[in-house]
Amino acid sequence: MNSLVTFARRYTSINWANINPVYFVLAALIVAIILNNPNFIEPTGYMNFLKRAAPLAILAAGQLYVIVSGGFDLSVGSMITLVVVGSSMLTNNDPAATMWVIPVMFGMGALVGLINGMVVCYLRVPSLITTLGMMITLNGFAFLWSGGAPRGYLPDTFRFFGRVSYKDIPLIHMLPVALIVLVVVGLILYWLMHKTNLGRMIHAIGDNPNTAKLAGVSVNQARISAFIVSSLSAVVAGILLGGFAGVSTSVGVGYELQAITAAVLGGAVLLGGRGSVPATIAGALTLMAIFTLLNFLGMPQPVRQIVQGLILIAAVALTMRRKGKHANS
Amino acid sequence: MKQKPVIEMQNIGKGFPGVVALNAVSIECYSGEIHALVGENGAGKSTLIKILSGVIQPDSGRITLDGEAVSFKHPLESLNAGISVIYQEFSLLPDRSVAQNIFLGRELTHRGILQNAQMNAQTRKILDMFVGGKKIDPETPLSSLDVASQQMVEIAKAISLNSKVLVMDEPTAALNEAECQELFESVEMLRDRGTAIIYITHRMREVTRLADKVTVLKDGEIAARFNSMPAPEDIVRAMVGRDITQFYAPFASPEEISQQVLCVKGGANASIHNINFSLHAGEILGIAGIQGAGRNALAMAIFGHIPFTQGEVTLLGNKVHLTNPRQAIAAGIGLLPGDRKSEGLTLKQSIRDNAMLSSRALAGIFSSHKANKYIDLAGIDLLLDKMEVKAPSYDYEIQNLSGGNQQKAIVARALSLNPKVLIFIEPTRGIDVNTKASIYQLMRDLARKGTGIIMISSDLPEVVGVSDRVLVMHEGTIAAEFSSGAQEADIMLAATGEMGAVA
Amino acid sequence: MNTISLDKPLIKRRPFSFEKWAPALLLLTAIILYVVACIVTGQTQYLTLDNLLAVVGRSIALGITAIGQTFAILVASIDLSVASLISASAVLSSVVMNGNPDMVVPAIVLALILGAVVGLLNGLVITQLKVNPLIATLGMSLIIQGVLSAFVSNFAGSVPEEFQFFAYGSVFGLPFGTVFFFGLAFLAFFILRYTRFGSQIYAVGGNPDAARFAGISTTKMIVSAHIICSICAVIAGLYLASRLRSGAPWIGSDGLYDLESIAVVVIGGTILAGGRGGIWGTVAGMLIFSLVDSFFNIIEIDAFVKQVLRGVIIVAAVAFYSVKSRRAVA
Repeated sequence: MNSLVTFARRYTSINWANINPVYFVLAALIVAIILNNPNFIEPTGYMNFLKRAAPLAILAAGQLYVIVSGGFDLSVGSMITLVVVGSSMLTNNDPAATMWVIPVMFGMGALVGLINGMVVCYLRVPSLITTLGMMITLNGFAFLWSGGAPRGYLPDTFRFFGRVSYKDIPLIHMLPVALIVLVVVGLILYWLMHKTNLGRMIHAIGDNPNTAKLAGVSVNQARISAFIVSSLSAVVAGILLGGFAGVSTSVGVGYELQAITAAVLGGAVLLGGRGSVPATIAGALTLMAIFTLLNFLGMPQPVRQIVQGLILIAAVALTMRRKGKHANS
Repeated sequence: MKQKPVIEMQNIGKGFPGVVALNAVSIECYSGEIHALVGENGAGKSTLIKILSGVIQPDSGRITLDGEAVSFKHPLESLNAGISVIYQEFSLLPDRSVAQNIFLGRELTHRGILQNAQMNAQTRKILDMFVGGKKIDPETPLSSLDVASQQMVEIAKAISLNSKVLVMDEPTAALNEAECQELFESVEMLRDRGTAIIYITHRMREVTRLADKVTVLKDGEIAARFNSMPAPEDIVRAMVGRDITQFYAPFASPEEISQQVLCVKGGANASIHNINFSLHAGEILGIAGIQGAGRNALAMAIFGHIPFTQGEVTLLGNKVHLTNPRQAIAAGIGLLPGDRKSEGLTLKQSIRDNAMLSSRALAGIFSSHKANKYIDLAGIDLLLDKMEVKAPSYDYEIQNLSGGNQQKAIVARALSLNPKVLIFIEPTRGIDVNTKASIYQLMRDLARKGTGIIMISSDLPEVVGVSDRVLVMHEGTIAAEFSSGAQEADIMLAATGEMGAVA
Repeated sequence: MNTISLDKPLIKRRPFSFEKWAPALLLLTAIILYVVACIVTGQTQYLTLDNLLAVVGRSIALGITAIGQTFAILVASIDLSVASLISASAVLSSVVMNGNPDMVVPAIVLALILGAVVGLLNGLVITQLKVNPLIATLGMSLIIQGVLSAFVSNFAGSVPEEFQFFAYGSVFGLPFGTVFFFGLAFLAFFILRYTRFGSQIYAVGGNPDAARFAGISTTKMIVSAHIICSICAVIAGLYLASRLRSGAPWIGSDGLYDLESIAVVVIGGTILAGGRGGIWGTVAGMLIFSLVDSFFNIIEIDAFVKQVLRGVIIVAAVAFYSVKSRRAVA
């Protein structure tokens, strides 16, 4: 029995069927992009791609926490807007202000996540409504703060994270700071989700909150943590986007849906219980790769939206089919 | 009396993976007759009824209705053929009125417009036909009726459908004495109208009061049938008589039972009252009672899930006031929920994750998932190995395991925290016979090592075979106490409130 | 109705049903708030009948959308694609009409067909592909918005004067839009209360298993509810085109019709889990929204502060109903 178990454990670790299909899809897309545009194989090509994808990848990894816990966080897009607009107001063109503005933004993000989580846990409002309400509220704050017309730019110290790339690095020639941020934040979110008790608790409450409660899990603590992680990831994404997008009240529009799409592409199960941070990041890269490919193919911007909508529905439908088969076998 | 039975089930056989649920069971019912179907939990009563109503299909055997062979693929087909089943879980809409429920799916319309007045009037007429129905207003929403009245609505529905056959599955499970009397009168009224009634119960009183014939099921086979009313003892003997000795572990010897670990004095909340008992290390304390008697409420009160609002609880010599499961677990109480799927498992997670859930929950949230102050991955693997959880790998999702193996993983979850008190709710429900025996052995081993064990079970042979002491609950309180070796019949009498004095 | 009044029911109805009266209480509160604000700020001119009708008139599109949303929510589904469908309908009708009175009828027919198709697709994706309704309709919303933006980026087409009657005309001295809204509300009420179809909508939302046992096709009911919901959204789009005299691809999403229509339905006492609620609650919810909006205008609150408060009010309104329920949420 024991040897069988050991054998099987070893066997499952090299089982190709267990590899998340999103990685194959991503690989195929990259090949397609290279075929369309050989320049992509140059460091400037793929590094710029990774730089542009970094905010979404981080945002999606944070969103995953809420999805795995069984909810949705639709407030992250407006959180990004608020970070970009708020930072431009607070820094007020003073390069030194970045030092304290960034911590303030993180504090604000933590507060928003806390409120989202507490409204869901204690006022028992479904997360969808809670975070949609938060979305409207934060958008209102962004307008209110900037008086409707945000000032044009952020200091370079702030834009450093999103815009700058280190040049003349051997082998890869350039290394965007955004990519370093993505790797660091990605590792932290990976560790927290897959290597700590908190991650297991978030899985458990999303899978079956009754069981979790009876097994001694602090359901509210885990749920609120998930919302806080999601909001904080939106702050990081906002800081990166502030680096290469202009300051406007529409900078975060649509990101919440892209983040959910990325998580679903990465195999996360809606309404909770299953999801992986690396696969979600791969899902975000896949979505960006699709957008890039559409660009190369000369498709107009709106086609992106249509494709994203189709992907979202198809990915969920496929997950449902896989689940159905599973249950029958 | 009558020439041909209305409904006849002949040689019905049904197997599920690993178990034979029914083996050549035959039952028939004539018009104007009440046929009692009795048997313990797991005897195959529900399976038989599900086959009759078309929820599941039999492997063998035939069903004839009014002399014609029928086979139902969907509950709707049996309903249209004239067979109504009233399950313990009603299929009613809580937010709709009584009349709307009775006419659900076959509303009366005139040129496309609902005839609400007419439906209300017809409902009134039907409700007036029996005692329990008279006081129900057809326009009341279902959710504002008590359980007994909802049952009357189900009966009214059967009448309005003009059902030839009515099956009632333990209809008195949640009723009080007066409500039972009303129900009996309503059932008799239906019988007098010529309906064939199959009445499922395990309460002797109802059998003797109502039934014309009795069929006793045991382990999926017919254990006895009586065409006229036998003595209650004969029925009980047929229900429980089985060879059980080698199945259960031996009882604790007096020296194995040591100091008191848990004591409840005057405990009460909304569903239970006047709870007084104590539990000792080394002892398995069985708690018996019918559904709704408060057994689960007692377990959840001890575990802090739905806490006691009165009384005092002493755990290991200290007074405690536990208000949530987390505190209870930290204080040394473990619980195995009765409904594995909805309370015990996180189905999409691995066996290991399920087994580690409690120890991780109590350890710090940022500490590693691999090890905590209670146990580590190697430790949990060892525990799972020791309990012989059969799986290709402990990384497997637990939903792919059999019920018995799932149950063992939940036991491992509780054991990883070394509890002093362990509460098992329905520990062997839906588990095959061999695994049952190993779970009983495990419980005894744990008791030997000094754990105090409470076992709540609806399975009377299990209660008698496993428990060193038995408490019987009735209407929210402890009605009787028996020492080991009690007779099932006595426990059953106490559980149904038949027995005035405590044995 | 009262043919059975001879038999006095012995079981009393619940002494006071909070859920049943909550929308009315909230409406009363909103009315008081509005009246007090008018008096305190000395702007009593806002208390005239004409002005009150104007208050209602401002939310006609929301009200029409919410009537449709009520059907979706009653079958325990939800529709987040209404906002982009409103835009699509407004643009489509305005482009097809293009100022030509002869094209009014074809434009309306086309828009209604669009609504029926979108509703059918939503319903089929939800029932056949088993996609969570939130995601199915969010995806649909993206698709509609994408298609729309591919063709137009600004106000497109124009609405002939004849069609502006929808928003600006009047019958019996009352604004036509308002009359139409209450007519539609009455029709929806009638369907839900007095037809077998309505009865089955409630059954599917309340207990799908019981509905199936009674021979009701849950698929058919969910698809129908979504078709009704989409058609109502399309009508709201037609109304907005008439009001703005042209259609633009952002009027739906800028008006937050997806979220607000859900909020209106929930404030009206229809529960998100399905099976309980009704149209008059939704009408009350819509009136509450208009009154609160007008209240903000009277006390001259900053437009952005208003938006902030809107988000808070929506969440608070849902919390008002859900705090009492013991259902687990996520």
